[in-house]
Amino acid sequence: MEKLEVPEMPWTREDAFHPPAGLAGLRAGPPARVRLPSGQTAWLVARHADARALLSDPRLSSDETRPHYPQLIPVPPATGTLSFLRMDDPDHGRLRRLLTTEFTVRRINAMRPGIERTVAESLDAMVEKGPPADLVRDFALPIPSQVICQLLGVPYDDHEFFQDRSAKILETNAPLEEGARAMGELTDYLASLVDAKVREPGDDLLGRVAPGIAEGRLTRDELVFMAGLLLIAGHETTANMIALGTLTLLVTGEWAALCADPARVGATTEELLRHLTVVQFGLVRTLLEPVTVDGVTMEAGDGVVISLTAANRDGAHFPDPDAFDPDRAQGHHVAFGFGMHQCLGAALARLEMDVVFTALAARLPGLRLAVPVEDVPFRHDQFVYGLDALPVAW
Amino acid sequence: MRLRADLDRCRGAGQCVFTAPDLFDQDDAAGLVVVLDPAPGPDRQPLAARAADACPNRALTLSPD
Repeated sequence: MEKLEVPEMPWTREDAFHPPAGLAGLRAGPPARVRLPSGQTAWLVARHADARALLSDPRLSSDETRPHYPQLIPVPPATGTLSFLRMDDPDHGRLRRLLTTEFTVRRINAMRPGIERTVAESLDAMVEKGPPADLVRDFALPIPSQVICQLLGVPYDDHEFFQDRSAKILETNAPLEEGARAMGELTDYLASLVDAKVREPGDDLLGRVAPGIAEGRLTRDELVFMAGLLLIAGHETTANMIALGTLTLLVTGEWAALCADPARVGATTEELLRHLTVVQFGLVRTLLEPVTVDGVTMEAGDGVVISLTAANRDGAHFPDPDAFDPDRAQGHHVAFGFGMHQCLGAALARLEMDVVFTALAARLPGLRLAVPVEDVPFRHDQFVYGLDALPVAW
Repeated sequence: MRLRADLDRCRGAGQCVFTAPDLFDQDDAAGLVVVLDPAPGPDRQPLAARAADACPNRALTLSPD
């Protein structure tokens, strides 16, 4: 009976540029129980300070194989190997450590000239064809896809295959079998690629990690799931930040400000990360021990959803939180998460956005929407929020 | 003020280098933090404090000598 009184987790946006209004109400109080679309109940954490505290608290587990682990949507029971995103230490640390040198700020910044070339080529191709153009298909998606392919050593010629499968994996509304099939096909593809890297390593990330299988540092399956995580996270999040970011700049008038002062790009990128928070439904964890937050005690075994979207709109940390303002006093947004699982690719995402918005503003200062904003298709039902298309002219 | 890094906590997320590139680097062997200025002067202390606050693994401390 008691379960019937648990309210549903706020899920649907009333306004495409803002989180669901119900999150503000939840942020006004301590963590509260919500019913997830999966049917499970979990504590929803909405405050910025609580989100940071819990994401760095070792009493919270990311191990999806634990009983009653909370899932946002219905998923098949976890079987076999998962990516290290869904593990605890020591396995998470062992696998992540194989990658940290690949993603240091210095290594990533050395990629700038290559990314600038990729961006210039995409812009040339788009300008030659248009206007109008679909900024998602012609620009926002190809750039991060090419960058992550080159870094990992995945052939970009296969982009239609993996873009399609990863979009299906991230869909929250699709039939269960469809997501599972897409996952299976992507896994088979990456397994063949990993086997090829074992035979002939080559000078790319997967090639550098692959010898670790023979050295006992990781298993073949662990590398296959690592490759899947890096490939999906490496292109979906950044692509949607570029598309949604461009739209946000156009509708707020900040596009003109950026074109007039290109040095605003760093602050603009950080504010886009905070304001848009494309990992839109939050991060799930389970409690290994009782944890008390704001006077509420959550028990061992309880599920927790930490809403990054709600935390990044917390007025206690970001005054006038719903305003898009690159000039705001710097805070610590949690768009990349927090704690030991904080996004490994944050420096790469920031670099890509920096290069992309700089080049786009320099080349197409007259950029504008080619359709009314009401007609722009938003991806409400994807784990990574964004746009299906962005028709633009210049 | 003394700026210290706990290498057992550091995971190489690089937030410190992003926040204060003059104060931090990451080593080539493991991507872990290298403190470039362990005794930041008053002009650098606010940035050092901000970097410590940004660390997702609470690996940095800024304390009196």
